[in-house]
Amino acid sequence: MRRPSPTLNPAQGHWLTITVLVTLLPHSQHLPAWLSAICALLLGWRFTLDRGASRAPAKGILLLLVAVTVVAAVAVEYRHLMGKDPGLAVLAAFACLKLLESRSVRDGRSAVLLCFFLQMGQFLNDQAIPVAVLTLLGIALALATLAALEGGGPPRLLMKRATGLLTTAAPFMLALFVLFPRIQGPLWGLPHDAFSGMTGLSDTMSPGSIGNLVRSGEIAFRAQFDGPLPPTQQRYWRGPVLSVFDGTTWRPGFSTLSRTPPHSLSGPTYRYSLTLEPHNLHWLLALDLPRHPDGNSRYTTDLQLVSVDPVRERRRYQLEAYPAAIAGQSEPGHVIRRNLRLPEGRNPRLLALGRDIAGRLTSPPDRVSALIETFRRQDLQYTLTTPRLGADAADAFFFDTRQGFCEHFASAFAIAARAAGVPTRVVTGYQGGELNPLDGTLVVRQSDAHAWVEVWSATRGWQRVDPTAASAPTRIDNGIAGALPDSDALPLFMQPRMAWLRTLQWRWEAIGNAWNQWVIGYNDERQRNFLSELGFEIGGLGDLLIATGITAGTLIVGLLLWALRTPRRSDPLDRLWDRFCGKLAVAGTERPRWMGPVAFAAEAAMRHPRASGTIHAIARRYARLRYGPAAPDRRELDRLSNDIRRLTLK
Amino acid sequence: MPMAAARPRIRQWLDARLFRIRPREPLPVRLGHRRIFVLPTGLGLAFAATLFTMLLASMNYALSLGYAVTFLLVGAGFVSLHQTFRNLLAIELVSARLDTAFCGSDAALELVFVNPSGRPRQGLEVSERGSLPVRFDIGPEAAARVVVPIPAQRRGWLEPRRLTLETRFPLGLVRGWSYLTPPARALVYPRPEAPVPPLPADSETRHPGTLGESGEEDFAGLREYRQGDSPRRIAWKLAARHGAQLHTKVFAGGQASSLQFDWHALPAGLDVETRLSRLTAWVIQAAGSHVPFGLRLPDFECPPARGQRHVDACLKALALHGRPDAKT
Repeated sequence: MRRPSPTLNPAQGHWLTITVLVTLLPHSQHLPAWLSAICALLLGWRFTLDRGASRAPAKGILLLLVAVTVVAAVAVEYRHLMGKDPGLAVLAAFACLKLLESRSVRDGRSAVLLCFFLQMGQFLNDQAIPVAVLTLLGIALALATLAALEGGGPPRLLMKRATGLLTTAAPFMLALFVLFPRIQGPLWGLPHDAFSGMTGLSDTMSPGSIGNLVRSGEIAFRAQFDGPLPPTQQRYWRGPVLSVFDGTTWRPGFSTLSRTPPHSLSGPTYRYSLTLEPHNLHWLLALDLPRHPDGNSRYTTDLQLVSVDPVRERRRYQLEAYPAAIAGQSEPGHVIRRNLRLPEGRNPRLLALGRDIAGRLTSPPDRVSALIETFRRQDLQYTLTTPRLGADAADAFFFDTRQGFCEHFASAFAIAARAAGVPTRVVTGYQGGELNPLDGTLVVRQSDAHAWVEVWSATRGWQRVDPTAASAPTRIDNGIAGALPDSDALPLFMQPRMAWLRTLQWRWEAIGNAWNQWVIGYNDERQRNFLSELGFEIGGLGDLLIATGITAGTLIVGLLLWALRTPRRSDPLDRLWDRFCGKLAVAGTERPRWMGPVAFAAEAAMRHPRASGTIHAIARRYARLRYGPAAPDRRELDRLSNDIRRLTLK
Repeated sequence: MPMAAARPRIRQWLDARLFRIRPREPLPVRLGHRRIFVLPTGLGLAFAATLFTMLLASMNYALSLGYAVTFLLVGAGFVSLHQTFRNLLAIELVSARLDTAFCGSDAALELVFVNPSGRPRQGLEVSERGSLPVRFDIGPEAAARVVVPIPAQRRGWLEPRRLTLETRFPLGLVRGWSYLTPPARALVYPRPEAPVPPLPADSETRHPGTLGESGEEDFAGLREYRQGDSPRRIAWKLAARHGAQLHTKVFAGGQASSLQFDWHALPAGLDVETRLSRLTAWVIQAAGSHVPFGLRLPDFECPPARGQRHVDACLKALALHGRPDAKT
């Protein structure tokens, strides 16, 4: 028989409201402000509704109107509907609308299911520890809400029930998390905005591009060295190589990919593992000159390490660096010519400077040294706050304003060097990094983004020159905080006097690193490694599925057995009496449930005449303790226990 | 065999084999694990579908924490199934008593459940098939008395159909249930005709057709209590003063008059059920005013008498008149 679903009571309404609220809290920072406001409004309405302070919306029409408006507004906001961000926005709005229109318990339950989905959805934006904690709270609330919808009870009890449920469920989660086969790669086409919002170096460099990146304190990657760290002057993390210049912007040139490094590998070696934050592009970061021993990445002819797929999730690489190795001595002619090309008519003063040096000196190394000397003498100021530059930005920087950031330095240097006839290219990447003393990882942030140049000579191949170091040498030794003038407003975390804050931050980031490595970065590869460390060699998907099934099955059976165990009587006197009756039952005399102790003793004594005295004594003592006026004390119980233990029946 | 004919037999087989329903099982009944059944509810299925979608999304976007949340909820689902099962396990039905009723009303089935464990049992529901469930909880190591209304639609012996004890505790994702067939049986008396038609005139009655509450109620004395005396007539104050021995108050006045309710004296045009209805109404009326009455049915005759036992015997005869199960 189908019964209509009962209507929600105010307490259940409050449970639903708080669940939706906590579920949407982590979403709110990613939702458009107007949508967050609408959600807050709807939640508030529901709250007053349950307080009896306002009226329910007229059935259907108003809500339908709001729903259509929200969907239309989301479509306008994001300019499309199919995708991660608009999808989450619409779901968030629907959760609030569903909450507001919920009248029956059944409605409330659908709202809770929607909340579960949204709780998972927030990990599309952020998987950090605080979000995870908030989500856990949201799940506990959602389960408590289901309990409230099922039977209700005082809030504390429902919350206790939900947390108890989650505690018991934790082993399931752990087992499934470790064992469930991780399938790499998307199952279907991902919306194009799936990986939006990732920061990092871009593929091009124009004035201001790195300066903007540097303001972010986000971590770009972490490196962990087996053995000593390379000196600070060698910590140049090489990223995109740019060799085509159009007067304003540097772009990458054409290069081919190969599986083997195009350079010789000799000299001292640093081995390290690098955990790269996703940036949705192909390049990887590595110290010069790189080798990726067992990876599936490729080497470009301009010495970059690139990934076959865009880096869309945090990845860990085992890398080697050969700082003394030499590369590119036998570059083909077209590469040389490309790295000498300059757009005609742009930055004429730097062109003239370069040609002047070329006229005075013949050997390329001498020309480079002369250029570095010129840069030093020019008294350039290293600053984040650059004045506006005109069309010929490099000229304006070098000769007029003399204030710039690393991309200005690198660009100006490369233009002058090319004009001087030295093949030169711009390299972007990161420089430096900071050692977290707690877990020994070198943390490199977006604020460590840097640009430098490489000059070529037939004898020594490509060599790194850092024009920034010429005018602000402390940038390389002390990091950006030491190099920038005091007047520049540094982000709070970079200010030197906040030392205690940094320690706190290190601690937090060490935890974050472990979290990233072991929880968020747990993929098929880690799974295989982890299980083989435990001694299980995993052949394929089938093995994992079987292991998952066996473990989950064991847990379920374990739970069942736990439920089936005979409940222990809480009263010690009852337990003793049960033991006595059990002993007699084994001997063939079962006590009918209705029979009292004295009557039973009489019957049992008749069947076991030899023990009749003890049986009577036990039954009388039990009856006295059970039904007598005084509460049984410890000594009496012990005596009864002894009697029962000594009772022997044929 | 055509499907329609096969269905009841399949049903019977399922009831006997799978659900282990016995015709009438002796009390106490303990709910062992083999007679508790669990299946997901509609909400449970929707929950599973949501989790599956979440799993797919986690795979697609390689969301480690998405997996974690999904698996945590999978675990919560399993644990809630286990808790549903445990909520019913080892409950004992120790007593089942069905009250007599008049046809057309509800007979009260009083059940006593015992929870032998130290864990409270919450959100239990018991219902006869097709009726509204009665909700109750049992505290730790406690008993609960539940009254289930059993609709009495036909006169004669009433046995409750199989009872369902079920729970959706704790989250409503899973329904756990067990079938009970306690040996409870009660008589359903014919529906008393309303309003009560005038009592039949009778030669033995001093004031035919008039029965006042006063007049007959003259206190005449005490005699020793005999089984069958109405509790209303027991001299409770005396019993409280003197202890064990009970005395019954005897009244004069009504003593002399008596009524005779005769099936054959009823108007000829009445059908069987109407006759029984009218006779039942008279019996109740007479019993209420402690007037001795006699009853004559085609297959039953009882001389005028008073007392609860007499009333019960007459009502029983009326309830079972012409029923095949009259002899049981």
